[in-house]
Amino acid sequence: MIPGRHRMGLVAGAALGAIALAMALVSLVWTPFDVTGVDVANRLLPPGGAHPLGTDHLGRDLLSMVMIGARTSLSVALLAVGIGAAVGVPLGLAAAASRGGWLDEAIMRAGDLVFAFPALVTAILITAALGPSAANAMLAIGIFNIPVFARVTRAGALPLWTLDYIRAAEISGKGPARISAEHILPNVASLLIVQGTIQFALGILAEAGLSYVGLGAQPPTPSWGRMLADAQTMVTLAPHVAVVPGLAIVLTVLGLNLLGDGLRDALDPRLKARLT
Amino acid sequence: MLARRLALLALALVVASAVIFAVVDLVPGDPAVFVLGTGARPDTLAALRQQLGLDLPWPTRYARWLGGVLTGDLGTSLAYKAPVAGMILDRVQVSLPLALMALGLAVAVALPVGMLAASRRGRPADALAMGAAQVGIALPNFWFAMLLVLVFAVKLRWLPAGGFPGWSDPLAALRALVLPAVALALPQAAILARVLRSALIETLGQDYIRSARAKGLSRAQVLRRHALRNALIPVLTILGMQFSFLLAGAIIIENVFYLPGLGRLIFQAISQRDLVVVQSAVLVLVAAVILVTFLVDLAYAAVDPRLRGR
Amino acid sequence: MIALKDLSITIASRQVVCGVSLPLEPGKVTALVGESGSGKSMTALAAIGLLPEGARASGRVDLDGQNLLDLPERAMDALRGRRMGMIFQEPMTALNPLMTIGDQVAEGLRRHRGLGRAQALVRARERLDRVGLPAARFPLGLYPHQLSGGQRQRVAIAMAIADAPDLLIADEPTTALDVTTQAQILDLLRGLVRDEGMALWLITHDLAVVSGVADHVAVMQQGRIVEAGATAQVFRTQAHPYTRALFAAARHVPAPSGGTAGGGPLLRVEGAVREYRLPRPALFARRPVLRAVDGVSLDVGIGESVGLVGESGCGKSTLARAILGLDALQGGAIRLDGAGVGPRMPKAQRAQVQAVFQDPFASFDPRWRVDRLVAEPFHLTGRPADWRDRVAEALAEVEIGAEAMSRHIHEFSGGQRQRIAIARALIIRPRLILLDEAVSALDVQVRARILDLLARLRRQHGLAWLFISHDLSVVRAITDRVLVMDAGRIVEEGPTGRILSHPLHPVTRRLVAAAPILPQL
Repeated sequence: MIPGRHRMGLVAGAALGAIALAMALVSLVWTPFDVTGVDVANRLLPPGGAHPLGTDHLGRDLLSMVMIGARTSLSVALLAVGIGAAVGVPLGLAAAASRGGWLDEAIMRAGDLVFAFPALVTAILITAALGPSAANAMLAIGIFNIPVFARVTRAGALPLWTLDYIRAAEISGKGPARISAEHILPNVASLLIVQGTIQFALGILAEAGLSYVGLGAQPPTPSWGRMLADAQTMVTLAPHVAVVPGLAIVLTVLGLNLLGDGLRDALDPRLKARLT
Repeated sequence: MLARRLALLALALVVASAVIFAVVDLVPGDPAVFVLGTGARPDTLAALRQQLGLDLPWPTRYARWLGGVLTGDLGTSLAYKAPVAGMILDRVQVSLPLALMALGLAVAVALPVGMLAASRRGRPADALAMGAAQVGIALPNFWFAMLLVLVFAVKLRWLPAGGFPGWSDPLAALRALVLPAVALALPQAAILARVLRSALIETLGQDYIRSARAKGLSRAQVLRRHALRNALIPVLTILGMQFSFLLAGAIIIENVFYLPGLGRLIFQAISQRDLVVVQSAVLVLVAAVILVTFLVDLAYAAVDPRLRGR
Repeated sequence: MIALKDLSITIASRQVVCGVSLPLEPGKVTALVGESGSGKSMTALAAIGLLPEGARASGRVDLDGQNLLDLPERAMDALRGRRMGMIFQEPMTALNPLMTIGDQVAEGLRRHRGLGRAQALVRARERLDRVGLPAARFPLGLYPHQLSGGQRQRVAIAMAIADAPDLLIADEPTTALDVTTQAQILDLLRGLVRDEGMALWLITHDLAVVSGVADHVAVMQQGRIVEAGATAQVFRTQAHPYTRALFAAARHVPAPSGGTAGGGPLLRVEGAVREYRLPRPALFARRPVLRAVDGVSLDVGIGESVGLVGESGCGKSTLARAILGLDALQGGAIRLDGAGVGPRMPKAQRAQVQAVFQDPFASFDPRWRVDRLVAEPFHLTGRPADWRDRVAEALAEVEIGAEAMSRHIHEFSGGQRQRIAIARALIIRPRLILLDEAVSALDVQVRARILDLLARLRRQHGLAWLFISHDLSVVRAITDRVLVMDAGRIVEEGPTGRILSHPLHPVTRRLVAAAPILPQL
């Protein structure tokens, strides 16, 4: 009965994630309304009619805005996961391969140091240096993701290094780099997929927060966080302008988290062994 | 071992300060031009540069800044011409209590929920608690804060919608921090409850739990006396990390409630390109995170005898 | 007295224990013997009311005329620890790492007798003294990680007998310990039965353990007791074919491999020293050095089978890593066929030695298929064009069909995996194969067949074996010569038969005395 529930979570999560992705992709070629212009006559319309999700304070169609905003939010979060994994995974593999050695110690201490800079603080620093932009938000989140992936990779790899099949590879003359690539990485891949999903979800939350305080995507680029910042002064007059982008964030993040949990259970060999 | 940990702490603080200094110092643009305007005469600019120490080589500037930090002198704000240390101290009085209130609230909610879910694993209470946690984790705290304002301040008028009266009236000050603290705490409580539940379930499957049952302890006794303390180790890790999220979250959420905390100070400073303030405020935030991590490390040793004397 | 009557257990509608009846007499040791998966541990857990979720027990567990299976959980909680205690196989994880041993032993007393902490600790002290952990060396404030495996098992025993229960259930209590510790723990358990008059229910896979300890024995096969009675009688008559098969396997000695030994030395270890640097005790203190291998010299001749035996921690595994060329030595030299051995030796040299490890479940990458797994050592020699034929050939030598090649390792049993591990070691035709506790994890019948296989392979290929074990009885059957190692040194060596019959060094004597041996009838 538990596996069934998780299967449901997996499907629901994948569906929510797919909807967000589809909105972002469709917005590249088509949106219900043009959102570059201002239509003061139709400002702050409640949901329904021609504008299924209503309009904002400039009369822009909220559905179109959410679709285009998905593009910013998803691409920033996804690329931040890419940065984190591309740098963090090799570092984690190297740390595990030299377990207990100076390289391991150096990588882990450097990771601790990066952890002392939450993505928001990194974004503040980068913005202070280079000015605000979506790319800077991505970089800030990506940098924070690096030690996350390094730690998960190392934690997954360390117990593997004590196993006899690694001994067998060593007496077959394989060095640490080849063993990491052939034996360790494939066996921590499922952990990394799950962590990637979680960091993707966290990235969407972080991007929204950064854009909300003005450290991320800049006008006129719509993003879910920017839409909420715009909505703040309007929220008592027309709550839907805050509710719509907020729900977009919640549903996407919820979907990705359900997907991550579902994948974890589906890929966990201990759980699988129990089921067969 | 304490000496080694203290040495690492000092090293981390020094390296972090160097990183912050390097990033801010790389900023293109001349603070002197910013202060005096683009029309200023070259000799007045040069005089101000000298006064600010901008003509010195960077190692000297870094040493001066670090020396100042150690003696409590964080420099002078370019925009307000006021000592930065005093400005930051004022703002910390809002941000720190907010983060601590949120942390306390998150623990107070997560502890019973996590224990309940673990002890009722697979039953409706577990499913309900974990379903709620799933939604809680997905909530952006600043958006949740807006909804709280809408309901509890605008509609029900129970609590203020924003602003901060200062600590001269502690009750009013606390009332002003309730909604921000709740908005910050609940998403973190959701994460904490999930971590606690899975840590408890993991420990409940250990051999020593079976040994404890074999000597006659009931399920509830085993959970309280053996599983909870062992599960605390992963929970502590998350708790330490959560403090940094809460601090960052507090900075964002101050915007929703117009609270005069560190966050508002930093964002104003960024828009005014008041880099002295940005540099020092960021250092304070990062130092706080590093200190909390250090305290968590000490807490590990207090919980786990295997780590003592290392 | 506690007695099982017609006890059956089902897990997810599959019957794993079927109609088991077993009286557990006070002052006697009753052994339940069976191979892994026979249902013996489930039977014990059912008796003490700790079956895993999803398992259902039916029948009777009688205590004072009451059926314990009918009792509500609270009532069982009150009985556990007071009327019956239990200890388990793995002492390293059996104790709460965050609680002192004193508090852990006292905990049951506080629960059952309502004693205060101080009073309970006084009693805990007595019980720890009784299990051989005297106050002088083992104060109550110690934590489990400060104790060895054998010492932890003693604490677990003290915990289980703290309140002098009527019955102590011991589920494979010595399987995870080395032989000398095993002998001491068995002595302790026997003494407790004698002095305190409790019933001991010993659950084990090892017939030799039973022979020295148990008054009664029941043999379990696939959830059923196939034979039971007084130990001496069961050992003599062996009425059931399964009992006979178990005995035959435990006594099994492979056919002599015939004089392939001889010729010059293949492996020569001279004065090997291997040191580890330990963590600094203080910030600027020097890192202390642990000398795990301390001037070891040994030879293995071409085609010779040599045993290297010692208790855990004696340095034999460290020495094995050095012989495999995984670690560098700090002193001395290892030569294989005249050329040096070390982490930087050329591939051709490395190809002369392969290994088979203890745990068949950890010896293979779960994501690779068998053909790729067995072919891995070709990395040393270059993979020939006909590598798949060579893999099939190597598998055939260990009696595994070629259809195994496209399967994953989890589809094979422990014994089959160990055969595949041997195939992997054979495929590049090394001169020496090192077997590190390679049959210790296997059930007796599987072990007997693997030993036969090893003897045949040695005969056919003129291979030399270096057989590493903590258990003399394992190497007895298959080695020409034995080396005994203690504290990093070789303390005795000689022909296997001589070492076993006339051990000279105290360590060897201890090992020989501890090795549980089936009586020859």
